[in-house]
Amino acid sequence: MSKLLLTLETIHKAFGGKPVIDNVSLSLHQGEITTLIGPNGAGKSTLAKIILGLIKPDSGLRKTNPDIRIGYMPQKITIDPTLPISTLRFLQLANASQTACHEVLKSMDIGHLAKTPIQNLSGGELQRALLARAILRKPNLLVLDEPVQGVDINGQNALYQMINSLAKSLNCAVLMVSHDLHLVMSATDQVICLNRHICCQGHPEQVTQDPAFIDIFGHTTAIYSHHHDHDHNLHGEILDETTHAHRDDCDHD
Amino acid sequence: MPTETTVIMTDFLVYALLAGLGVALVAGPLGCFVVWRRMAYFGDTLAHSALLGVSLGVLLDINLNITVIAIPLMMAMGLVFLEQRGFLSLDTLLGILSHSALAAGLVVISLLPDVRVDLMSLLFGDLLAVTKSDLWVIYSVSAAVMGLLALLWKQLINITVDSELAAVEGTNVALVSTALMLITALVIALAMKVVGVLLITALLIIPAATARRVSKTPEQMAIAASIIAMLTVVMGLAMSWNLDTPAGPSVVISASFLFCLSLLYRRQLS
Repeated sequence: MSKLLLTLETIHKAFGGKPVIDNVSLSLHQGEITTLIGPNGAGKSTLAKIILGLIKPDSGLRKTNPDIRIGYMPQKITIDPTLPISTLRFLQLANASQTACHEVLKSMDIGHLAKTPIQNLSGGELQRALLARAILRKPNLLVLDEPVQGVDINGQNALYQMINSLAKSLNCAVLMVSHDLHLVMSATDQVICLNRHICCQGHPEQVTQDPAFIDIFGHTTAIYSHHHDHDHNLHGEILDETTHAHRDDCDHD
Repeated sequence: MPTETTVIMTDFLVYALLAGLGVALVAGPLGCFVVWRRMAYFGDTLAHSALLGVSLGVLLDINLNITVIAIPLMMAMGLVFLEQRGFLSLDTLLGILSHSALAAGLVVISLLPDVRVDLMSLLFGDLLAVTKSDLWVIYSVSAAVMGLLALLWKQLINITVDSELAAVEGTNVALVSTALMLITALVIALAMKVVGVLLITALLIIPAATARRVSKTPEQMAIAASIIAMLTVVMGLAMSWNLDTPAGPSVVISASFLFCLSLLYRRQLS
């Protein structure tokens, strides 16, 4: 049995009286990849921050293994342009040696950007730099908040491959937040669909048999098919919130 | 042979110069954080509450050194409290607190029975009235601030880059940002003597902004800002001495002049 790293038990969180996380329980095991999906405003980032310990829940328990080392890749960071800081220095803030930083930058294919001011990196380069900082601490739990946001499908495959091989080499648990409701990384062990409460969870379907799918998406993306107990509009916002109620096929109580 | 008058004149000029240099030394690195963390308006708010601190101290007969630090710190805590309630933007809250504090300070001063407070020296500084005991206060507080900054430097840079990443990696963000707030209140209380409450933010941010143009690391920028701030004190006092202009505004105008000069400097693309 792989090591249990973190559990959440019946977590509730509200902001300004509005519930954002409602009765969520989950556990993260070493070596397992979990993808957290859900529509906009479903509380994915809030749940990720509760897992990280950045937000205290109103009620419920967060238990961590004493050996836990968390690496965190935020969705985005904004560093004021007046702060003169190179990409290398940014990585060194994770308490890592210069050699270790150079190595990890090279492994991310951005070794040539070590001296570049971090504010000058492109979106994709910055994501790699953030991932580099997250893994510098040799974490056993890697939390990635929308790591493929704004990256095209090829870049997405490359990033998924990188995350997958990192997860293997570090033997760490991965929690990945994704805004995409249907396409998740094929290596995912567990998909959790969040809509304030956990509305469903399971394994993504492998679709590698279908050559047309592989043509379009490559091998690293899989379709997660699931039935929502709510509807979305084109922006991923939940429609008709007032009539939303738990149905029988919701696998929680 | 120097007359008695010139001896006294040079004496207070030396005191003024030493006081200004002592404050400029710490205004440089702290000003960098004010610029990096976009705290200019926050600095203004603390400065205006320092004025309220002085007037309340005189009114209630409490040691001014205490009220001039305590009132800005209370204001900062009130700000954190209101910000967490989240019904107004930080910008608006700062505007409300900053100007309320300034107005309250001015009203309280007007209520004092006899004129025991020189309003102009509070608003624009009174560098030329610095005494030997002021110098002791300035240099001990400066030393304490430098010590704190050096001790917390890495954590301060870390929370400035991204406080959530820093928190996940084990930095006590609340403690470090509270320390920065305390340091800011201390430096503002010192800088009041040099440039007065209305111009404190200028002494913090103009040298830092000038230093940005010649720096490649946070440390370079902090040291450069210190040197530039000290240079502007020397220039400002020289100007004040020769043209008989008020010392505080002269220091700030020297800082602005150096900033304009720095705009002419073209950085080589690396």
